[in-house]
Amino acid sequence: MNTHDTSRREFLAASLLAGAALAGCNTKNPFEKDAAEMVNPSGEMVKLLSVDGEVIEIDKAFLKPVPHLPAVSNDAARLGIGNKKFVMVIDLSRCKSLKKCQSACNHMHHVHPGQNWIKVYPMQDAEHTAPYWQPTTCMHCDEPPCVKVCPVDATFKRQDGIVLIDSDRCIGCRFCMAACPYSTRVFNWEEPEMEPEIAAQPYSCESSVPQKKGTVGKCDFCPDMARKGELPHCVSACPNGVFLFGDMLEDSVTNGAETFRFSDLIKDKAGYRLMEDLGTKPSVYYLPPVNRNFPFENAETKEEAKKS
Amino acid sequence: MENLAKQKVIQDLKPQQFGKRGMIWVGILLFICAVGLFAYIRQLSKGLVVTSMRDYVSWGIYISNFVFFVAISLVGSLITAVLRLSDVHWSTPLTRIAEIIAVAAITFASIIIVVDMGRPERFYNLFLHGRLQSPIIWDVIVITTYFFISMLLLYFPLLPDLNILMKLKEKTSKGLDKLYSFLGSFWKNTPGQIKINERAISILSITIIPVAFSIHTVTSWLFATTYRPGWDSTNFGAYFISGAFLVGAGGVVVAMYVFRKAYKLENYIKEDHFDKMGKVLVMLALLYLYFNINEFLVPAFKMKKPEEEHLVGLFTGEFAPIFWFAIFTAMIIPIFILLFKKGRKPLPAFIAGCLVVIGSWFKRYLIVTPTLLHPFLPMQDVPDSYRHYFPSWEEWAIAMGSLAGVLLIITIFARIFPIIPIQETITEIEEHENV
Repeated sequence: MNTHDTSRREFLAASLLAGAALAGCNTKNPFEKDAAEMVNPSGEMVKLLSVDGEVIEIDKAFLKPVPHLPAVSNDAARLGIGNKKFVMVIDLSRCKSLKKCQSACNHMHHVHPGQNWIKVYPMQDAEHTAPYWQPTTCMHCDEPPCVKVCPVDATFKRQDGIVLIDSDRCIGCRFCMAACPYSTRVFNWEEPEMEPEIAAQPYSCESSVPQKKGTVGKCDFCPDMARKGELPHCVSACPNGVFLFGDMLEDSVTNGAETFRFSDLIKDKAGYRLMEDLGTKPSVYYLPPVNRNFPFENAETKEEAKKS
Repeated sequence: MENLAKQKVIQDLKPQQFGKRGMIWVGILLFICAVGLFAYIRQLSKGLVVTSMRDYVSWGIYISNFVFFVAISLVGSLITAVLRLSDVHWSTPLTRIAEIIAVAAITFASIIIVVDMGRPERFYNLFLHGRLQSPIIWDVIVITTYFFISMLLLYFPLLPDLNILMKLKEKTSKGLDKLYSFLGSFWKNTPGQIKINERAISILSITIIPVAFSIHTVTSWLFATTYRPGWDSTNFGAYFISGAFLVGAGGVVVAMYVFRKAYKLENYIKEDHFDKMGKVLVMLALLYLYFNINEFLVPAFKMKKPEEEHLVGLFTGEFAPIFWFAIFTAMIIPIFILLFKKGRKPLPAFIAGCLVVIGSWFKRYLIVTPTLLHPFLPMQDVPDSYRHYFPSWEEWAIAMGSLAGVLLIITIFARIFPIIPIQETITEIEEHENV
């Protein structure tokens, strides 16, 4: 994630600089009023590549380091993003257990090998009912049992509906894991293996990276991506558009390719939530596995198909 | 009472130096503790990965050991408070045994819960960021309260005895003498002091009862406040309390027998005590059996789908051998032994007590682990080792180390202080003679 991030930042920085440089080349100097007043040209010129592919020269004094995206403070991360209520819809009729969601999530969050934040269950509710694939993320419940039991407020519910973990505060009692009926939480039983540059990143509960030994982890709905206006990794990784993510207050959810009105989608396709009877009020909705894009295939059914 | 008889009581009951067997016993306990400590250091450096706990079984024998310790510590309140307040006098020689079991067990309950934490160095967060809504905070509050009340209930009745020990002609050792005078030199045995002390003890005896009920009820709520099959039960508080009194009383019977043998206390811990404690044990075992039937028969009658897997696993499945072993050794066999007068003689009562304690330890294991292996959604996308649980050697070493630690505290206490209250014994003999 880090390499990706820095290259992205470098790109941003370069284009910003190029923009500034271009502006500087214009006959009408926009720096005349404000910037030029503050900056004394050093006389030393540097060559830059503009967005048009032109090589231009600019006074070194105009170059300024572009600050990194401002880090979200712990207080802001605990408060959440204002005027949002994040929601996810998982369309079971589209899932064929490719698990691209899982691998993208594991990769971006540096989940310990063998552990997963997203699980894809082969489900069959009763003997004569149809089997289907059921991916689960954290349900980001509105009545989260995990938050209720946490003794130190290390896991908390934000105003935008997301349930997060503060790994700098977690004492590792694992009461939340016992309390969660969806078995969504994992524990860092040992020192997480990470490349040094990832381990050196400043921790934020919005990115959940770097993971910390002796603390609990789980799906975080990627609030760091939401802040950038981007979709969670599982949503963008799924080639079948199983995951739809959005804001309930805007009443829209999207998988990147298609966008739906959330309320209509749930109404038309009879959306439901898992274990409604427990009263946890999840933020993740499921669309039933009807009119499926793919037949249900796992190792067993494949073998049966071969035999016949 | 004649002075001579009084001197004999003091000579009989004053703390004695360890004999050869005592030294071996302490040596073994120290060794087990040291192995446990070594395993814990390994756990600290490598993380909880050295245990066999994983994401599904996220609580293992540390937590069942914790429940066991909290349970056994309840006996302090039973013997010292409940029996004292109901004006039962035969239990006087047993009060200090019960109270030191309580203090030692609750101490190690606190230690083992820290051992279970992924980040023990952040313990202070409980005070810095404590949320009163969490049952863990309730547990921290009541266990701390119970610890201090138990300490005081151990200390106050000790004051007159310290006075007696300091007056002893043949000094035991310089260090011990210093300790006695540090703890009790202000005690002059004046009628005023005695009166205050008695009042303090009776106030503490009353306060400790609700606190004792709280510690184990709250401990049961750590489980019962979750949704999981096997834990989601309104029966849990009473079920835990009854089991706790049973294992505590069993522990006292075992300790009575051992101290009686080791310190030749036949004149003080009499056969009658075993007879009476045996009856108490039968009553408590029946009570616990009753709550067990409630706990298992009612859900088994309905066999709701999530409960079914769990219950079948206990009755006939993977956990059936331990389940039936626990039911029989903790309850049914002791009941049959102790129902008979011959069964309430010291040796059979001691055996029954051992069975109760061992069976109860396994019972605690069954309360914690099987439930975690039967989550609502089937176990999925995890390595094979996550689907089973058998404690690693580090877990065994630490769990056994903590058990040895409790025994060590009790042993060392009995080396330093009279394990049977001297002053109270003298007073009771005097009262008896006056009648």
